Amino acid sequence: MTSDQAGRQVAPVPAATAPATTTPATAAVIAGTRHAPRLGTRTLSALGVVVLIAVIAVFPLVFTNPTVTNFGVITLIFVAVASAWNIFSGFSGYLSLGHAVFYGTGAYFLVVAAKDWNLNGSDVFWLLPLAGAVAALIAVPLGLVALRVRRHTFVVITIALFFIAQLSASNLTVTGGSSGVLAPIPNWAAATFNNPFYYLAMLLAVAAVALSVIIRRSRFGLQLRAIRDDEDRAAGLGVRAMPVKLSALVLSAFITGMAGGLWVYFIGQAVPQFVFDPLFDLAVVLMVFFGGLGTIAGPVLGALILEPTQLYLNLVESNSYESEILFGALFLVVILFLPRGVLPTAGEWLTPGRVSRLRSDWLARRARRTANPPVPPPEGNPS
Amino acid sequence: MTATLRADGVSKSFGGLQALADCSLTAEAGRITGLIGPNGSGKTTLFNAITGYERIDSGQVYLDEQRITGASPQRVFSLGVGRTFQLTRIFPRLTVLENMLVPANRGRSTREHRERAMDLLAFTGIASHARALAGTLSYGQRKLLELAYVLVADPAVVLLDEPAGGVNPSLIHHITDRIRELNAAGRTFLIVEHNMEFVMGLCHQVTVLDSGSVVASGPPEVIRTDPRVLDAYLGTEADDA
Repeated sequence: MTSDQAGRQVAPVPAATAPATTTPATAAVIAGTRHAPRLGTRTLSALGVVVLIAVIAVFPLVFTNPTVTNFGVITLIFVAVASAWNIFSGFSGYLSLGHAVFYGTGAYFLVVAAKDWNLNGSDVFWLLPLAGAVAALIAVPLGLVALRVRRHTFVVITIALFFIAQLSASNLTVTGGSSGVLAPIPNWAAATFNNPFYYLAMLLAVAAVALSVIIRRSRFGLQLRAIRDDEDRAAGLGVRAMPVKLSALVLSAFITGMAGGLWVYFIGQAVPQFVFDPLFDLAVVLMVFFGGLGTIAGPVLGALILEPTQLYLNLVESNSYESEILFGALFLVVILFLPRGVLPTAGEWLTPGRVSRLRSDWLARRARRTANPPVPPPEGNPS
Repeated sequence: MTATLRADGVSKSFGGLQALADCSLTAEAGRITGLIGPNGSGKTTLFNAITGYERIDSGQVYLDEQRITGASPQRVFSLGVGRTFQLTRIFPRLTVLENMLVPANRGRSTREHRERAMDLLAFTGIASHARALAGTLSYGQRKLLELAYVLVADPAVVLLDEPAGGVNPSLIHHITDRIRELNAAGRTFLIVEHNMEFVMGLCHQVTVLDSGSVVASGPPEVIRTDPRVLDAYLGTEADDA
């Protein structure tokens, strides 16, 4: 063994180079194969976003059937809510089962304010930012209480807050008790009645996704994800955990509140058991888990697939049991086999190496096909 | 850039267990102080007490002349005391570079912060992993990453909890050299470590803890022959003596 005392005096230069040269060799392997998953190039995904928005924008002009556009409105509202939920829960790792509190607060605010201030038609839409603001305001005290605990305890507290909200709505006079409050009915033409709701829902969904992208790329988003991975370690690196978590919750509640306001105006009535619906939170959580927790596209994909499925099953079967059984089963499948969601799993499976291998396989197959035209039977194959 | 960290009569008990009993220790500015002692002697608890992860029952902690007793981990870090953990704690689902950007950037622009992060990754020898997810790093690389991101915010004092634990000899050498270089630039170190060769070779001053109390304190040459230390820590049949 080397002498300890002498070792203290040794100049650091010679030894420093030896291990430094070994690391880059292994580094290339790691950097090449286990990369942060990335599907396609940046321009490709930008193009995809433009196409998706264009398709959504022309959808109600092509499919004018009110039943179909009705699905569209609800689905887009869920795209917004799932993205909003993901901004808080997906990025921070604090799983909220109480977002219906913000959804319902926005909804009740809208119907009550519209009634009290005698607003009708498109004037009611001006209440949406206020509905979001009220939900955001509610999120501050709730967050200050609930965000003191983590993991399962946090989940249980959000469920408790949800039931407090639901009970309050059925018992307060301002919310009309168990009979609820009616929203004003706009006197728009029946054929295009859904369109204003549709485009506002689309705007809200695009805004929610855009906000997700901005946050994901910001220092704020990095702090949220650090909190998700190890909150105490983050605090020990100067991250102010509470303000960061609370800001995410407030932003999330703001969008969720606006979505709730838009939804209640669309369906026309606020009743406690529908406005504060426990299945609302489960559906949103399933959408985000299904698509990919903490990703940008995951919540969008989850909402776009699952919400129309549920609406369709409810419509065709005229009871909600089938969709509930299906969603329950799907939840189990996702948690057991795709705990990180469809997109991250696919992204991980489609590593750059595998993509290029699939591509070269495909090119080779195509080359073989063009070398021997498909018209003659396979016996004509040389070798 | 440099500062003296001082714990003064710190006591802490968990239920009936006295983890720290009137424990005093000084990490002199610009020097490397080692903290050794048998398992369960209170070394990590003392680290936690200093860095705000554990509330203490009595005593004070000072950074230079500023009292930092009871400050939150976030505040302790922002005052210039960085630490690593015995069970290395990194952010596995962030990339290595993102890990480096988590610490507060102290008024630097994003660009400067990023450059500083890359410099430190190069310094610790893991720059080529910058874009890999931190969870894919090996154990030794995680130790280096944790050291690197603690350094991002230029802490005056760095507390290392077993930097050589479970690390292969050539990497230990690498870590030793990095610590020497940083120390030469004036940074204060307080290091908990079980590897005697590492401690005796690196530290200017060694404090020995046993059952939550300081048994001895002094330069390594003195400590390694101190009968009280041999008795309490190395045991009678110590092969290092």
